[in-house]
Amino acid sequence: MAMADATEQVGSETDSRGRLVTSDGTPLRRALERANRRRKFTAFLLVAPLLAFIVIFFAFPIAQMMWRSVDNPQIVNALPRTLDALQDWDGRTLPDESVYAALHADMVEDQERARRDQLIGPLGIRLNYELSAARSAISRTARSVSDFEAPYKDAFMDAHRLWGQLELWRVIQREGRPLTLSYYVAALDREYNEDGQIVRRDENRQIYVSLFIRTLVLSLAITGMTFLLGFPIAYFLSTLPMRYANLLMIAVLLPFWTSLLVRTSAWIVLLQQQGVINELLVNIGLISDGNRLNLMYNQTGTIIAMTHILLPFMVLPLYSVMKTIPPSYMRAAKSLGATPSTAFRRVYFPQTLPGIGAGGVLVFIISIGYYITPALVGGQSGRMISNEIARHIQQSLNWGLAAALGSLLLVGVLALYWLYNRLVGTDSLKFG
Amino acid sequence: MSSKVKLIALSSAVSVVALSAAAQDPVSLTIVSWGGAYTASQQRAYHEPFMEANPHVTIINDDGSANALAGLRAQAQAGNVTWDLVDMLPSDAQLACDEGIVMPIDHDAMLAPAPDGTPASEDFLPGSLGECFIPQIVYSTVLTYRPDAFADDNQPSSIADLFDLENFPGRRALQDRPGTNLEWALYADGVDPDDIYDVLSTPEGVDRAFAKLDTIKDSIIFWTEGAQAPQLLADGEVVFTTGYNGRMFAAIEEEGQPFDIIWDGQIVEWDGWVVPADGPNVDVVMEYLYFATDTQRLADQAKYISYGPARASSAPLVGEHADLGIDMNQHMPTNPDNYFAPIVLDNDFWIDYGDELRERFANWMLQ
Repeated sequence: MAMADATEQVGSETDSRGRLVTSDGTPLRRALERANRRRKFTAFLLVAPLLAFIVIFFAFPIAQMMWRSVDNPQIVNALPRTLDALQDWDGRTLPDESVYAALHADMVEDQERARRDQLIGPLGIRLNYELSAARSAISRTARSVSDFEAPYKDAFMDAHRLWGQLELWRVIQREGRPLTLSYYVAALDREYNEDGQIVRRDENRQIYVSLFIRTLVLSLAITGMTFLLGFPIAYFLSTLPMRYANLLMIAVLLPFWTSLLVRTSAWIVLLQQQGVINELLVNIGLISDGNRLNLMYNQTGTIIAMTHILLPFMVLPLYSVMKTIPPSYMRAAKSLGATPSTAFRRVYFPQTLPGIGAGGVLVFIISIGYYITPALVGGQSGRMISNEIARHIQQSLNWGLAAALGSLLLVGVLALYWLYNRLVGTDSLKFG
Repeated sequence: MSSKVKLIALSSAVSVVALSAAAQDPVSLTIVSWGGAYTASQQRAYHEPFMEANPHVTIINDDGSANALAGLRAQAQAGNVTWDLVDMLPSDAQLACDEGIVMPIDHDAMLAPAPDGTPASEDFLPGSLGECFIPQIVYSTVLTYRPDAFADDNQPSSIADLFDLENFPGRRALQDRPGTNLEWALYADGVDPDDIYDVLSTPEGVDRAFAKLDTIKDSIIFWTEGAQAPQLLADGEVVFTTGYNGRMFAAIEEEGQPFDIIWDGQIVEWDGWVVPADGPNVDVVMEYLYFATDTQRLADQAKYISYGPARASSAPLVGEHADLGIDMNQHMPTNPDNYFAPIVLDNDFWIDYGDELRERFANWMLQ
């Protein structure tokens, strides 16, 4: 309204410099700007709750997660004197007595703090991520450190063998700074060697990279399966009269309304070796009793169960797009001499691409972060990277590593989305 | 006494009780445990008697123990501790203790002595008390099998039989973590139970354990959650499974499943309480702990679930199952008939080497 007011006032009035002004003398341009600003402000107020919600519950936690993946306060806070004394250490021979004396001073000082503020416990847990048994080296030493007498070097080496090894000192020196890359190094199956260079881990400890790749492959397979199954269903639904289509749509949506755990358990009943499908196949003589199929506790189980769960996310966008394609197009193509397959390939299918893109992106992005279903029916070969992230958050409590894995996953998804945008264009997406 | 007098006496008694209850503010304790049959046994053996003796206290159960360490850490970081008492494994308890998020325990000052006056620190089983940890039960991970899967004259009886595919063919279910599996691999390979962790601390020992596991790898299904193990065995998916002895007891005695437990090489561990630092009701929690960890209460818990009490003085008091009426002694992991070749889980070892071995085990499972 304000803008309308402003425009009505234009008339013939101009100011001394020939600019258009409103009746109260303000230049028209400024009056327009003000009116526009007010409109923008109202619009902003309307979206403000959502914006605040997204910032507080989405952007902020993600930023915090990324911060945690590099945050490294434990060593710096617990051992300030030791790190000072270690500055000139060359890493080739054991540090000299002054470093051990500094370590002693740091640890004794820590014991004078209130229990809640003690830093040695977290220090041990942090060091153990880099070097096995470092935690017990720290905690065992801490129990007797107040009785130590000079020379401290011998006292420390008596308390735990690790104090006499270069490895522990290298870790303390390398990780003795407020930010670290070590969680990312571990998340990429790499480690630091003696010279501080990043090298591949021992082969039998490499797991995360192959899990990332498997997550990608499984998610693509699930997206492909939902497309193969969902496309005909969506087509069929779009050709039916509304009342039948709605009825069948309920059948498609049914999985949405059942608890995820119930659906997954149902698949366990069906798929296990003594389950319904295997029993049926044995009874009708297709397979022998000794050759029952392994349909779950492997990748097959993950793909089957997740395809079922994510199918509606593919069908709904496809259906909404197909509804808008007039049947007359296909008739026109045929009347112009196209065979049914040519008409489908060149006329119908290209028009469904926005739906395929939207459904594919939805299913792919949801499945890449799924972890309950793979945990229950996936066995070992059907596990995905999100299972490892959940394990590090809930059980091993290595939140830094979990954050690094999560950040890598996030960056990977964004990169794929960017690639999709470059190849197909996101403005063509149609979610329904 | 006439009925009127009785009524007056009764009502004044009620008001006295009401008054004394009002004198103490109502308190509600949030106690975190494992849920299911385990929480139910605590409810009947500890919570209900305590609430009866202290009517102003209400106990709320929270089934959060599986992720208790994460929860404790989050609450401590947020500065809003809402849990009063947490049931957890000693390895997690030690980590929480190292981080300073649970209270250190002075066992003799805070816990009841045995009925004969033995102080708590001597009455609890050796090695079970932690800096911040008070054990309640001994549980064990045992090997269980289906007798109907093998001939009557060819039944398995030892951990070595788990690795014997020739005499005992069929699939086996193991837990999807290195703990217990590596120990058993070495034990089956001839390592003395007392030396297992020394061997496992060396790279050669770890290689040896994995080499032994390799021999049955193609026949292994992995389970994750405790309930999956008896289910896999009941469904006939596997002929052997590892699992917690309490779950196996429930499957055999309560559900009548045709399983047999092999007590050879049972892996023994404790489970017990920690008190979150800066909890809201520490005074009442201390009263509760004194009560719930005394000799009789620990023995009572064994009436409801087949886990052994953590106090030596409780063992003679273990009786019959409250509902089934069977003698619980023979089902206790600590019964001498079952405790002939135990492997006591070394939590310090697993805290130290757990990350590394877990990665190697995960890698091994995937190959």
